[in-house]
Amino acid sequence: MTVTEQAGPAAPEAAHGDGHGHVTNTGLSNEKLAMWTFLGSECLLFGALISAYFLYRGKSTSGPTPEEIYDIPFTSVSSFVLLMSSLTMVLALAAIQRGDHRRLRVWLMATALLGATFIAGQVYEFTSFIREGLTIKTNLFGSSFFVLTGFHGVHVTLGIVMLLSLWNLSLRGKLPREKSEVVEIAGLYWHFVDVVWIVIFTVIYLIPT
Amino acid sequence: MTTVLEPTIDTPAGPADSGLLRRPTNPKGAWSWITTVDHKRIGIMYGVTAFVFFLLGGIEALLIRVQLAKPNGTVLSAEAYNQIFTMHGTTMVFLVVMPMSAAFFNYLAPLQIGARDVAFPRLNAFSFWAFLFGGLFLYSSFLLGGAPNGGWFGYAPNTSITFSPGYNIDFWIFGLQILGIASTVGAVNLIVTMLNMRAPGMTLMRMPVFTWMTLVSSFLILFAMPVITVALFLLMFDRNFGSNFFNPAAGGDPVLWQHLFWLFGHPEVYILILPAMGMVSEILPTFARKPLFGYPVIVFSGIAIGFMGWGVWVHHMFSVGLGPVAVSAFSVSTMFIAVPTGVKIFNWVATVWRGSLRFTTPMLFALGFIAMFTIGGLSGVTHSVSPHDRQQTDTYYVVAHFHYVLFGGALFGIMGGIYYWWPKIFGYLLDERWGKVNFWTWLVGFNLTFAPMHILGLRGMPRRIYTYDDSLGLAALNMMATVGSFVIAVSTMIFMYNVWYSTKRRRIPAGDDPWDARTLEWATASPPPDYNFKEVPVVHSVDDFWHQKYTEDDEGRLIRIDGGKPGPSTADVAFRAAAAAAVDGNGTGGDGAPPAPPVQTAHELGIHMPSPSYYPLLAALSLPILGYGMMYGRSSGSHYVVAGLGAVLLFASIYAWGMEPSAEPEEPHGHDGHDGEPALVGAGPQAELGAGDGADGPAGDGEGSDESPGTGNGEAGA
Amino acid sequence: MSSGVADTAKDLETHDGHDGEHDAHAGHPTEAQYVKIALFLAVVTGIEVGLYYTSFSEVATNVTLLVLAGVKFVVVAAYFMHLKFDHPIVRRLFITGFVLACFCYVAYLVTLGVFL
Repeated sequence: MTVTEQAGPAAPEAAHGDGHGHVTNTGLSNEKLAMWTFLGSECLLFGALISAYFLYRGKSTSGPTPEEIYDIPFTSVSSFVLLMSSLTMVLALAAIQRGDHRRLRVWLMATALLGATFIAGQVYEFTSFIREGLTIKTNLFGSSFFVLTGFHGVHVTLGIVMLLSLWNLSLRGKLPREKSEVVEIAGLYWHFVDVVWIVIFTVIYLIPT
Repeated sequence: MTTVLEPTIDTPAGPADSGLLRRPTNPKGAWSWITTVDHKRIGIMYGVTAFVFFLLGGIEALLIRVQLAKPNGTVLSAEAYNQIFTMHGTTMVFLVVMPMSAAFFNYLAPLQIGARDVAFPRLNAFSFWAFLFGGLFLYSSFLLGGAPNGGWFGYAPNTSITFSPGYNIDFWIFGLQILGIASTVGAVNLIVTMLNMRAPGMTLMRMPVFTWMTLVSSFLILFAMPVITVALFLLMFDRNFGSNFFNPAAGGDPVLWQHLFWLFGHPEVYILILPAMGMVSEILPTFARKPLFGYPVIVFSGIAIGFMGWGVWVHHMFSVGLGPVAVSAFSVSTMFIAVPTGVKIFNWVATVWRGSLRFTTPMLFALGFIAMFTIGGLSGVTHSVSPHDRQQTDTYYVVAHFHYVLFGGALFGIMGGIYYWWPKIFGYLLDERWGKVNFWTWLVGFNLTFAPMHILGLRGMPRRIYTYDDSLGLAALNMMATVGSFVIAVSTMIFMYNVWYSTKRRRIPAGDDPWDARTLEWATASPPPDYNFKEVPVVHSVDDFWHQKYTEDDEGRLIRIDGGKPGPSTADVAFRAAAAAAVDGNGTGGDGAPPAPPVQTAHELGIHMPSPSYYPLLAALSLPILGYGMMYGRSSGSHYVVAGLGAVLLFASIYAWGMEPSAEPEEPHGHDGHDGEPALVGAGPQAELGAGDGADGPAGDGEGSDESPGTGNGEAGA
Repeated sequence: MSSGVADTAKDLETHDGHDGEHDAHAGHPTEAQYVKIALFLAVVTGIEVGLYYTSFSEVATNVTLLVLAGVKFVVVAAYFMHLKFDHPIVRRLFITGFVLACFCYVAYLVTLGVFL
């Protein structure tokens, strides 16, 4: 945060605008700035959970270990699915920005479905781990793994709810092109959740103990 | 601009039911407060609520002091004592100083930057209600089996289910999570407001110092709250679901708790002090009739403290056994952070140096702040010397230190702020004579209470003990501290009497600018109309309002240029104002100018303000429901249904909130082209909130995008 | 998927002025470019997974994996989240949070002997 970055005072002649555009000091809308601000704080949230995992890596005194229980091929596919959902998300945004509402809904639904596939994969992974003897109570690994990936999964689920809400609103004609920023902001949240998974997948699954 | 033909009430008169619930339209009455989204009303509610919690926290303090007045005290059992000192700390930090600061942030920041409200007015209301419900949730513990009793810092595994099997700690966990949501959401709101909604010409380096400190504190809150959120979640998972984060038997590390807590906890103390520093930086120049010395340096020091505050937290853990390298590194960083703080102190001294000083009550509190905070800062510097800290830690020396900085610092500053801005907020002045009595009793009581604690600590009296034996030689100083605490209580009552007396009896009208001050909030009426400024100001410099009033001649003497009488020099403000009131019968601030015209409504001026709403309250209400459900769920799964209902209420409120436009469509008045637009996603006439029209616009707080902290934090991530 | 790409840039430019974005969308990716970026990310993920099964030295593997993850992170943030093209303030907001998180959490892990 430095003092030089603000775009300077809004020129008086721009101050009244057309009644629609809000003239802001940075040129960004309040909503977009708010989402980025929130995402900055989310870094601290997920960082804490990841750090707790790191602290307890290799320190479990009993119970299954990561190497024994991870199914890397399965999780790789899951990760790929989530990654592709980011693509469908930007395509959804591009669609609404050019006024193509049908495509918007197609891509929004695609994103939600890919996200749901990821969650289904998580659920499958969790249940198989539990069957194989790893629960949140079992050891340090179980606790830190389930809490970290569980938090991430809840974030994805909330994102899916948002996407489906947008899809529904668009279907009812309440998401016109002028409101495309809503989709952009939902997209920011979605991509962030994807980015967190990029870190988790590498650092938790791939980096050996 | 064509105006409506006859004046109407302030709130929009059109159909008020774009959302599920009919929006209230009456600008007066209890419902108008319950559904308000006006930052000024929200600020007042924060202030009043925080003051009530101050009284509760103060009673807890008195109970502590009564128990410790004599050796082998029998007023409180050990268990009761644990609850009382835990709640005292938790209350003062989370329910008093933070919300009092929030009261001022909310009230002043938009005014000081020349805006009409914050970026997200409904979110602002939500923050307040979440704070209130969080505080009530915490205090309900007294009636529901016992208050939190693990200290305000909740060290694990003492707070684990093994050693704290009751609900005490659960109340603490969920209560703080609710408060955390309120604070984080408020921080996002303020950051966006200050970055995006400044009046034309108000660059960042022309903002008042208080606004700057609001911005820095908001960033600290934004980044620190997630850390304690995670710590509390980990503890909750341990207690409710059997995880092992702090379970030593499974290899869990208690020091993890301490790291996470203090990573939050240290920035937290800067969150507590920076706002008060900002207030002092406003008060001193006004009553010294000199600009703040070294404005850019004070701003940069504040920013530096904000950054450096992240590099010192281990100084709370010097005796935990981290090893000499860690301890030395953080010892050095802690010494370094004294530098920007010291710089500020020197700048404040330089501000009053050779100023034309008026020792009004706010000025006395501000000067008191400098003295008391410096003492507290010095004891802090002694803490940074880790070998010496080995002796001090966990003794009353630490208690002395943090009370000098938090009470002597934050509370003195806040009291100064209350006296200073009271006339702006309420339109009349607090009585000066009772104010001075308040100040001196506060100062004497405070020092009598906490100065002896330095010595008690060095003599070996540990913290957090419910009693001590009389052979230890601690009795006399403890008794002195107890007497001092009752002097503080008397001072508090004098303050309350002053409020009553000034409100009911003297009611000295303040006028716009009773102190002849320097910043924009003094350029509008007292109290300001709901739209703050008739026209959005254009700013040309720091202290722009001052430069609109005064220029200097060749010899540096002030010349008033806006037609008002030259401001107060040594005359008592209250006397002048009372004299003026006696002459012309209404409040004109004492400069003899003709009475101000009646304040016009927003509607008359064609200003669209955001409309009141029920949804912030409803959404906030869902949080304690979630809390109780989750908390009791660990004993009986059926309570998770309650949590589920809370979640449903939260989602439904947020969804409805997103669908509701931020401002209702108004009667057409020909001003612009967007009357009668169909209700789109969160659309509606953009509330024109000044040049920085970052109104509660389209999907700002709809679609759960920036509500996710609220949504998530209730059950899981933030 | 690539229909209307040519029109997109013009439409977006009008949209810019309308919502006051900072620059004129110079270099804003087209839909075709988004697909290419996604393919790139998929390939990098493939490499990462492949590395998991190799037996190079642990340090080399870990460092490469971290670097690749970093690359993916930056690419998603810069292009999909549009950080590269937006007002610098949001980049700074996000980076501040990220850097602060890295610093604080690595620091405490160091004090507990996890690294170094």
